[in-house]
Amino acid sequence: MSGLLYLIPIALFLGLLGLVAFLWAIKTDQFEDLDGAASRILFDDDADKDKNKKDDG
Amino acid sequence: MTDVIEKTEPSSIRANPALGGSLESYIQRTDDGHYGMRLLVDGMHCAGCQNRIETRLEKIRGVVEGRVNLTARRLSLTWQPAVVDVQSVIADIEELGFRLVPFNPEKLSSDFDQTRKRLVRAMAVAGFATANIMLLSVAVWAGLAQDMQPVTRSLMHWISALIAVPAVAYAGMPFFESAAAALKGRRANMDVPISLAVLMATAMSLIETARGADHVYFDSATALLFFLLIGRFLEQSARGRARSAVEHLLALNASAVTVLNADGTTQPLPPEEVRPGMRVLVAAGGRIPVDGQVIGGVSDVDGSLITGESIPVTVREGSAVHAGAVNLTAALTVEVAAAGNDTLLAEIGRLLEAAEQRRARYVDVAARIVKIYAPVVHILAAVAFVGWFFFGAVAWQDALLIAVAVLIITCPCALALAVPVVQVVAANRLFRQGILVKSPTALERLAQVDTVVFDKTGTLTEGLPKLLIDGAWTQEDLRSAACLAAVSLHPLARALTDMAPAVPAASGVEEVPGHGLRRVTARGETRLGRGDWCGATESTSDMPELWLARPGRDPVRFAFIDTIRDDAAETIQALRDDGMTVEILSGDRPAAVARVAEALSVDRTRAGAKPADKIARLEELARQGRRVCMVGDGLNDAPALAAASASLSPATAADISQTASDVVFQGQHLAPVAETLRVARRADSLVRQNFALAFTYNVLTVPLAMAGLVTPLIAAVAMSTSSIIVICNALRLGRMRRS
Repeated sequence: MSGLLYLIPIALFLGLLGLVAFLWAIKTDQFEDLDGAASRILFDDDADKDKNKKDDG
Repeated sequence: MTDVIEKTEPSSIRANPALGGSLESYIQRTDDGHYGMRLLVDGMHCAGCQNRIETRLEKIRGVVEGRVNLTARRLSLTWQPAVVDVQSVIADIEELGFRLVPFNPEKLSSDFDQTRKRLVRAMAVAGFATANIMLLSVAVWAGLAQDMQPVTRSLMHWISALIAVPAVAYAGMPFFESAAAALKGRRANMDVPISLAVLMATAMSLIETARGADHVYFDSATALLFFLLIGRFLEQSARGRARSAVEHLLALNASAVTVLNADGTTQPLPPEEVRPGMRVLVAAGGRIPVDGQVIGGVSDVDGSLITGESIPVTVREGSAVHAGAVNLTAALTVEVAAAGNDTLLAEIGRLLEAAEQRRARYVDVAARIVKIYAPVVHILAAVAFVGWFFFGAVAWQDALLIAVAVLIITCPCALALAVPVVQVVAANRLFRQGILVKSPTALERLAQVDTVVFDKTGTLTEGLPKLLIDGAWTQEDLRSAACLAAVSLHPLARALTDMAPAVPAASGVEEVPGHGLRRVTARGETRLGRGDWCGATESTSDMPELWLARPGRDPVRFAFIDTIRDDAAETIQALRDDGMTVEILSGDRPAAVARVAEALSVDRTRAGAKPADKIARLEELARQGRRVCMVGDGLNDAPALAAASASLSPATAADISQTASDVVFQGQHLAPVAETLRVARRADSLVRQNFALAFTYNVLTVPLAMAGLVTPLIAAVAMSTSSIIVICNALRLGRMRRS
């Protein structure tokens, strides 16, 4: 039974970790644009972006 | 036709330099010295549009970040004020064919987003607490049957309490607040028994834990909150769809009016400052901003959004024009008869508002049930407590524990899920077919429909004239007509060029407003236009037509027809098979309506109906006890769409019609109308089944709880099972076969 004394806190800690990760995701708007983010990876525009950054800098 | 308007209508921002000042109020300063603004993007549909906008923005010097949210159709823009002017950035994006409307994020959406986020956070906390307490509870329940030491059980209970108390305090807040507000107003809503159940279960469990008793209800308290929050979140999501439509209405704000001063100079004015008697210039391609009389110029005016008439009419000095119509061929000077709130357009807006208020009185089925349910729950719990304490001869703690069990068992988890789960599943099923359900109560109202009223132009028909292949012309005629037509915006000319896309535009073509097009060559003059102008003797039909006159040859006639959508007849038959009465209610000429009605074998028709007539007809039908679903697209349909008990409009409809209707469907077909009604009826029967399941569960378990036989284990099992059964039942809707 003494195993419970550290197993329960470990279980709760892992659960809390998941909860905190989820709350962080909500807070930083990770779920704001589900449709756009899905296709954003397909855009082939990395080259343009770099050039633009240099111009600004 | 909407395409033409979208391309030619000047945007509210660009057309009005005076508006530049009011843009200021939308600009926010960011911490690092940049400026930021949020804009609604109209006309963005897919990832391709998103890519085009973002790529374009990246190429503009001085734009720090331009990020599109495709789900919310918004653009968040950050720029360096010293390098670039936001007006020019906006103009650049509008060149791509999108309309941008700035909005104030704090004003518009923060309330809604905050509530939603808060519900999700509460749901996450409740879910975490439920899962962990349930793990501990399983150990306790197993221990009760075996030989767990009281000390170990007590430890488990204290750990559960440690998780449950803060979780309930946080996740229960939405319910507690709403219950407190209701009690303050001396009302009782569903949150009162919910709060009571959760709070009493937690409090009693704490007392029982301190006493070292066997049974505590921490798991039930958190599980209740978890299930109820799921229901509440789904409900909120269903409402969210309706909101984005309201945001679009903002985009309709009228653009600036170009006023012609007495000394010949022009001056842009906001529409509300235009007074009767002023003279207004309307450029070709622009939307007429006022009601008035033409005092200069000859042009063709497309009034389809106002009247439902699909063919432009010619206006000249003395003709009356209405706000909202699009001026097609040449500039006009209009003397203002009415502006702003007195125009026909504003009148339509008012009719719309009044009709919407009438519909807002609709009370959905869940609200009606809650009214009866809440008091019953309280009475049952009180009876259980009083009965056991006075007649059952048990300690007050035990009597109270039984009352808590009654509250937990009657807590409306399954009821709270019954409607929103079905709504979300149905809305998603329709969404996959390009049908957007905007109003949360729409499906319920659609399910009761027994009469479907169609508008004609743009709904039953495609709303665009098509060249009739009737043997009156040859391919060679078509080619010579098309090379003239290619320069014109007129819908009939467009229809001609659609049939001969490869023909290049001829040079030197002149548009004669109200008559047609002409081109003078060495061999003579070629004309394409009205019959009397092209030397044709008589017009034999009421169909719209163009004549082609060439030197030394007989005039050739091109007739046009507004084609009926492919599957219109099929859809109407399907609706009839489902027991619906079908009617046509149109603002178009009787002959045009009769032709369509005959082709679709619909015998109940009304033609020449103005917006107010349409509402009157719908009210007449309502008085006969009919539940009417209106399907329409024009601006003139908008009030009728709002007045009908349910309404649909195609995605090509005027913005205001899409805003007024409950359901918007995409694509060239009418089949979504029948499909929507079928899904709505199916959803309705599933909601009823869900209520029946939830009630059966209550009828079975409430006597057990009253008898004091419900342990925490039984409560947990019963509660979860009923909720899961209701959810599974709702999911059957997604698997329904399409006819």
